[in-house]
Amino acid sequence: MPRIVVDVMPKPEILDPQGKAIVGALPRLGFTAFSSVRQGKRFELTVDGEVTEEILAQARDAAETLLSNPVIEDVVNVEVVEA
Amino acid sequence: MTELPLIGEAVAVAADPKLAGARIGVVTFPGTLDDRDAARAVRLAGATPVALWHADTTLGDVDAVVIPGGFSYGDYLRAGAIARFAPLMSKIIDAANSEARLPVLGICNGFQILTESHLLPGSMIKNDHLKFMCRDQVLRVENSTTDWTGDYAAGQEITVPLKNQDGQYLADDKTLDALEAEGRVVFRYVGFNPNGSRRDIAGIANAAGNVVGLMPHPEHAVETGFGPESGLSGAAGTGGSDTDGLGFFTSVLNKIVGANK
Repeated sequence: MPRIVVDVMPKPEILDPQGKAIVGALPRLGFTAFSSVRQGKRFELTVDGEVTEEILAQARDAAETLLSNPVIEDVVNVEVVEA
Repeated sequence: MTELPLIGEAVAVAADPKLAGARIGVVTFPGTLDDRDAARAVRLAGATPVALWHADTTLGDVDAVVIPGGFSYGDYLRAGAIARFAPLMSKIIDAANSEARLPVLGICNGFQILTESHLLPGSMIKNDHLKFMCRDQVLRVENSTTDWTGDYAAGQEITVPLKNQDGQYLADDKTLDALEAEGRVVFRYVGFNPNGSRRDIAGIANAAGNVVGLMPHPEHAVETGFGPESGLSGAAGTGGSDTDGLGFFTSVLNKIVGANK
């Protein structure tokens, strides 16, 4: 069954407190190569049947209205992934 | 709604029939925590609380609405994001934007729901220190002309409990500048910013002043013997009284009763 993947990230200008906590924890485990971490969200929307243009448009609409808050987040990717 | 139990000096502000006739809705979502305290605050102020359920499709006959704190729908996705699309919320949004300008107060999670609903600008993200924080918090009332702050003096400092994890208020600089210029910053944290909120903002209003949202909890500071001054930190001298939060509820009552004269 095909899925539509939606990726949401905090806006670049917004300090991401969660990412900040993670970047602090990494060197304690010996992972010293990473200077910054930003944490986002990935949604997988399963579609029963074929992904039409209309369904993809619905996914984009849902991504902008419910899955993300445009004040603090950007939808950075909407794509179809075949199972 | 809730009976008023006999604790403290819980005598409702004299049973003024004019006030008791005022009906203030208190919304309950799955995961709401503070609806009973909010209803109790409404009753202590002298009005009649009306229980509203998130799935209701009509608002009924209410003169104002309180959206209390908690973790609506588990706060999954984002705090307040799913609650914003509850059937009752669209009625509240319409009523708040209507000519009648229904007074709406959002507390904590209720504030988050109001920003997700675009009734108020900006948004809340995780506290900058990443921890849940619970403390008695001093606030300065910056605007005493909203429907919910008329009984305070501008510049007055009040102490009410604060308890949240996603309390860091932010908006872009243009929005913040506009809020400041229009006097829509209603409350500011004093002495200590508990969550990294931009410009120490604790609460804001819409342009008409009928919609107010804030992170701290006035409904937990409405009874002598059970507020910040009597709590543990009271001994440390936060300087407030136990009932600094009651003014929210008496303010909206005076507004409603005044309008019905």
